[in-house]
Amino acid sequence: MSNSSQYQLVLFISGASPNSVRALNNLKQICEIHLKGNYKLEVVDVYQQPELAKQEQIIALPTLIRKNPTPTRHLIGDMSDRARVLRGLGINPSDIAI
Amino acid sequence: MTKKINKLQDQKKAGLLPKSRTGINGLDEITEGGLPAGRPTLICGSAGCGKTLMSIEFIVRGALIYNEPGVFMAFEEKADELAVNVASLGFDLNQLIDDKLIRIDHVHIERSEIEETGEYDLEGLFIRLGYAIDSIGAKRVVLDTIENLFAGLDNQTVLRSEIRRLFQWLKEKGVTAIITGERGDNSLTRQGLEEYVSDCVILLENRISNQISTRLLRIVKYRGSVHGTNEYPFLIDEDGISVLPVTSLQLDSAVSTESISSGIASLDTMLGGAGFYKGSSILISGTAGTGKTSIASSFANANCLDGKKCIYFAFEESPHQIIRNMRSIGIDLNNHIKSGLLEFHASRPTLHGLEMHLVAIHKNIKRFKPDIVVLDPVTNLITVGSVSEVKSMLIRLVDYLQNEGITVMFTALSLNNTFNEQTDEGISSLVDAWLLIRDIESNGERNRGLYVMKSRGMGHSNQIREFIIADEGLELVDVYLGPDGVLVGSAREAHILREQTGQALHGQAVSRKDREISRKRKLLEAKIAGLQTEFESVEEELNKVYLEEELKHKIQEDNRREMIEKRKSIKAKK
Repeated sequence: MSNSSQYQLVLFISGASPNSVRALNNLKQICEIHLKGNYKLEVVDVYQQPELAKQEQIIALPTLIRKNPTPTRHLIGDMSDRARVLRGLGINPSDIAI
Repeated sequence: MTKKINKLQDQKKAGLLPKSRTGINGLDEITEGGLPAGRPTLICGSAGCGKTLMSIEFIVRGALIYNEPGVFMAFEEKADELAVNVASLGFDLNQLIDDKLIRIDHVHIERSEIEETGEYDLEGLFIRLGYAIDSIGAKRVVLDTIENLFAGLDNQTVLRSEIRRLFQWLKEKGVTAIITGERGDNSLTRQGLEEYVSDCVILLENRISNQISTRLLRIVKYRGSVHGTNEYPFLIDEDGISVLPVTSLQLDSAVSTESISSGIASLDTMLGGAGFYKGSSILISGTAGTGKTSIASSFANANCLDGKKCIYFAFEESPHQIIRNMRSIGIDLNNHIKSGLLEFHASRPTLHGLEMHLVAIHKNIKRFKPDIVVLDPVTNLITVGSVSEVKSMLIRLVDYLQNEGITVMFTALSLNNTFNEQTDEGISSLVDAWLLIRDIESNGERNRGLYVMKSRGMGHSNQIREFIIADEGLELVDVYLGPDGVLVGSAREAHILREQTGQALHGQAVSRKDREISRKRKLLEAKIAGLQTEFESVEEELNKVYLEEELKHKIQEDNRREMIEKRKSIKAKK
């Protein structure tokens, strides 16, 4: 896969809340399985950078924003529903699954 | 500002709920001081009833008047759309944003862009709002309309609990918040949630009857405070929202014994000399063309000449028409308009609902602070409301005006020629003075008769006066009470003429009789003189006889004495 199709993901979390911790763990797992080597994940604590909340239109936390590939998509929740996370990220699990 | 803080402290000391003034005309009166400070208030209503406008006005006025910065979180409109919407009210939103008095945060939720992947909360919204509040030190917050969250997100349970938490959080933050909500089918809001967690609920409505819409406001609940419970009409115009607390008035207004002239000297005399009481209400009723507007104009004119301020609400004629017509009877109203003492407000009654008229009248009075108010004619209002509605509106208006010590004159058109004890609006019992102008038809002409039906608290004439509209103005003349009854118009003139003729003739007759008497006297005097002469001659005659007799007697006596003497001498000789 080319670099332009690299997944750029930003996960917004609220400190160390249970949802946030779960979301981070779940997401890391999913990315390692389905997007190994083809993604860039940035984690932002909204408590630290509250001005980003307005900029990025964040309401619910945790929120994952897929910046690339476009269009931008928002995924909210603790990423426990794997099928939905994959759908939200636009990954067809059957393609990549080994 | 310090005053306000002191007031708040006073309220806290007294254990009363501190309130935050909205700055919206009339709303602070109904809520007795404003919205609960530091607590959330719900404004709900159906689409287009003014929720967003009321909430943005709360923010803008807070920033402008009370120096309380505010955050407006919009779930529906974008910041620039909002700025355009309120620019029509004369608010420069962008300037206020630059001055860090207002912050607008548009929350964009698009269901199709969001995938829910498990447990979440709305902490993002809290952080976002918290940041906005802290960045400008906001005291006021508006969330418009929070239920849009429900359209964008699926998990109802989370949303409901988070909204509860949000209300609690707002309270902890100590900000005075307004949350707007769309009205549901059977509850105040669609979710049936916000009304329970808010400390104050204001319901807005847009009611249409007879194709005329009226905006109404009602306070459904207000924890820890007394408040007006009625429906209050409100108006949205170029100055924003004006609510009219019209039904909270009481009958405890101070009264004045000062008098103001009616503008017609002879009418003042009829009313006991000085005219109407200041702050009283005067009704002038009469059939078409009896000169009601002329009396009202002359009343306005006289008081403007006195330097008093007057506001004239015309429901039938345009100001230009009235000015032109009044010039024909020697009243120049244009002068007073130029000098700023007189203001005309002409509107068709059908322009808007009755309550709106009242709000508009109220607003103009509040702004202009007139000494007298004229409504001409109130009967036209019947086209937009029922009799009882018009009556209740007028009662509230009269109450308000009496409270303010403003004298008001209504004119009312009586529809038929028969003598009406009651006016059509049933307001005759309400007013302090009632003048009735009636057509008196006789001898093929129509004349106007004016009665003082009532005039509370002053002696007044019980007589009918003939009301004359002349080039020089208005005048009342005594009707002629002759042997044939009351005479008016040319009949009165004719009778007066006839009487003058009669007097002249009578004078003539009297002088003729006088002359005859003197002639007779002269005649008799002459006769008396004649008789006197006759009597003198008779007397002389009688005297002559008497003298002759005496002379004769004397001569005889002399003769006899001579005889006796002669005889004596004879005897002695012997």
